[in-house]
Amino acid sequence: MNRLPITKTPKCYVGGAFIRSESGRVAPLLDAKGQFFANIPQCTKKDLRNAVEAAAKAGPGWAKRTAYNRGQIIYRLAEMIEARSDEMAQAIMLGGAKSAAAEREVAAAVDRLVHYAGWTDKYESLLGSVNSVASPHFNFTVTEPMGIVGILAPQSAPLLGLVSLFAPAITSGNTVVALASTAQPYPSILLGEMLATSDLPGGVVNLLTGQRAELLPTFSTHAHLRALTGVADAVERKALRIGAADSVKRVKLIESETPVDWYEDQHQGLYHLKDLLEFKTTWHPVGA
Amino acid sequence: MTKKTSKPSRELIFGDLWEFDPAPETADPKLKKRYDLFINGKFVAPKSGRYFDSINPGNETKLVEIAQAGAEDVDTAYRAAKRAFDTVWSPMPGHERGKYLFRIARLLQDRAREFAVAETLDGGKPIKESRDFDVPMAAAHFFYHAGWADKMAYVAPGRTVKPHGVVGQVIPWNFPLLMLAWKIAPALAMGNCVVIKPAETTSITALKFGEILQEAGLPPGVVNIVSGAGETGAAVMNHPIASKVAFTGSTEVGKIIMRSLAGTDQKMTMELGGKAANIIFEDAPLDQAVEGIVNGIFFNQGHVCCAGSRLLVQESVAESVLSKLKRRIAVLRVGDPMDKNTDLGAINSREQLERITKLVASGVKEGAEMHQSACKLPVKGFYFRPTVFSKVSMSHRIAREEIFGPVLSVLTFRTVDEAIEKANNTAYGLSAGVWTDKGSRILKMSAELKAGVVWANTYNKFDPTSPFGGYKESGFGREGGRQGLLDYCKLA
Repeated sequence: MNRLPITKTPKCYVGGAFIRSESGRVAPLLDAKGQFFANIPQCTKKDLRNAVEAAAKAGPGWAKRTAYNRGQIIYRLAEMIEARSDEMAQAIMLGGAKSAAAEREVAAAVDRLVHYAGWTDKYESLLGSVNSVASPHFNFTVTEPMGIVGILAPQSAPLLGLVSLFAPAITSGNTVVALASTAQPYPSILLGEMLATSDLPGGVVNLLTGQRAELLPTFSTHAHLRALTGVADAVERKALRIGAADSVKRVKLIESETPVDWYEDQHQGLYHLKDLLEFKTTWHPVGA
Repeated sequence: MTKKTSKPSRELIFGDLWEFDPAPETADPKLKKRYDLFINGKFVAPKSGRYFDSINPGNETKLVEIAQAGAEDVDTAYRAAKRAFDTVWSPMPGHERGKYLFRIARLLQDRAREFAVAETLDGGKPIKESRDFDVPMAAAHFFYHAGWADKMAYVAPGRTVKPHGVVGQVIPWNFPLLMLAWKIAPALAMGNCVVIKPAETTSITALKFGEILQEAGLPPGVVNIVSGAGETGAAVMNHPIASKVAFTGSTEVGKIIMRSLAGTDQKMTMELGGKAANIIFEDAPLDQAVEGIVNGIFFNQGHVCCAGSRLLVQESVAESVLSKLKRRIAVLRVGDPMDKNTDLGAINSREQLERITKLVASGVKEGAEMHQSACKLPVKGFYFRPTVFSKVSMSHRIAREEIFGPVLSVLTFRTVDEAIEKANNTAYGLSAGVWTDKGSRILKMSAELKAGVVWANTYNKFDPTSPFGGYKESGFGREGGRQGLLDYCKLA
């Protein structure tokens, strides 16, 4: 007799917990052959606001972790994905990728996390400075995380695109609310499970699935999101920037019109960290 | 044990005992009757033929006429800048480019007094500030950035940097020449060309600066200066040749610019408003702190985006600080900006004076207690008494909105956490001040305050090497230091 397999109910990873949308809405996800695979939560504006709240709670604690500790946790996340890389490759193949391409994407995502794990305790010495002011002050500039970063993942490269966008944010102590690829949400569902076992405190990375068009306005106007990054088309970019102006949000968007090669080195490194940091300059008196 | 007397200590009240003789600065500002636009290395009349008056806010007399640039003039300026960028400025080796900036710094120093007088006549700030701060600091910015021009490889470790091209810049009226220096110096050092618009009430030193550029032999078109009001500014911000725009001004206008550019992928930097907390702990050297409070809010009549306009005093010393402060403002000299003894000069414009008056009225209406110095004000000109509000609560308009005038709101706190909470409870995040005797507390406060600049036991200090700029609705991008250069180049 064949045993009936237990299928997984996809849930979003928000605030360190696995949630369904508060709306109860789901959308069926089909596999590459067009067969029903699972129901994906369709998150709402309310879910997004809840996720921002979770990110806000996690923020100060995460930013205060030592750089060494943040580095180890991000490395641990790489370990968790590597250990389940076959499963992740299968998740990517749901969207139609061949197995070699899917395996390559998983490997690149793991490597990208390892890259950033090594940045946590180094970027400050390259971006910050001691400044030779013409007065008796010890004047220095350090970086600080911006706070909560909203991320709009690309439709393709559902794992590597998402990882490339959130990794620099959390490396420096930001927290993240990300919207996964609407077309290929399943890798983000699986990623949530890996995040949950990575020692990353709950709420640091929050992953939502759902309809992009429905959630974009809230991403742009929510005043507690201090920055927005991701991939968007011309119409979306304009709408996002208009909404972002109200709270003078930092916006850095990649055009979706030109294909993005996420494997390129230009999609990682120091200046992606810099884009999500504020510079703070302190004038400390020198003297008795 | 000596017997304690209940008598308050004696104080010297200079202001009431004798009059100061006038001490006017008499250097010649060498003003022309009429200033044209500076485009492609030459002073040219605006195509419309229109000019507007620039008045002296200290006595409301007309100083000069200023050309009003229209969209066509702005377009000519941009085309000149693009040509200069393609043919001269961008191919020029960095060390040669730097030499022009060194020259500009030197020539500005040569004519420092003349520029200081022009600045004070046009903008209303006390001559001692334009003489000792604005003009020398503007020269320092050119000198500092000059040295970066041939060191671009060190701006962004690991990457090659390139200029953006032509940069459009709009600057405010509070530090006319200094803001021009903050904008032009880093742009040129990184190899960009510039179209810049000074504020309509303070265009004189910007256009006089065109003369310095001619004396320095700067290639035509590298810097173009177009005067005018809001419409001219919009033309500068929205021109298709601009590959980056930089704005310093109010948060309100900054948001309008951000929305107007939403449909483009324009690079932007914004240096906007502020409502800074100046925090006095009980262990602070109080007399020194009072001087810092005065400098924090009354410097340049409070027309400072990073002004320490919210004073947070620890409850245990609040009474003592307030009484010292009241004594101090009573002896501030308000009046003729050209007088070397003047502490507070003229409010920049009638419009600004009205705005300050309105916000101060709201403070009284909402129940805060107003303390003003009783000084005599000149009959002509725009003046406002140094004003301190006590019993202010966080919800009062005077505690939330940027007044941009000599008006201080005093609030109190008990604990460090409460001070941090109150300081950060604002949409702005440009600057903050901390007064304490404890070094570790300075560093703790600096880490917790959501502000781009934190001054400890000092206030309103600036330096070309020190990055300046805001968090939150105070804008984004930095000016000064290596970090400021990152906004004026692109990474290859």
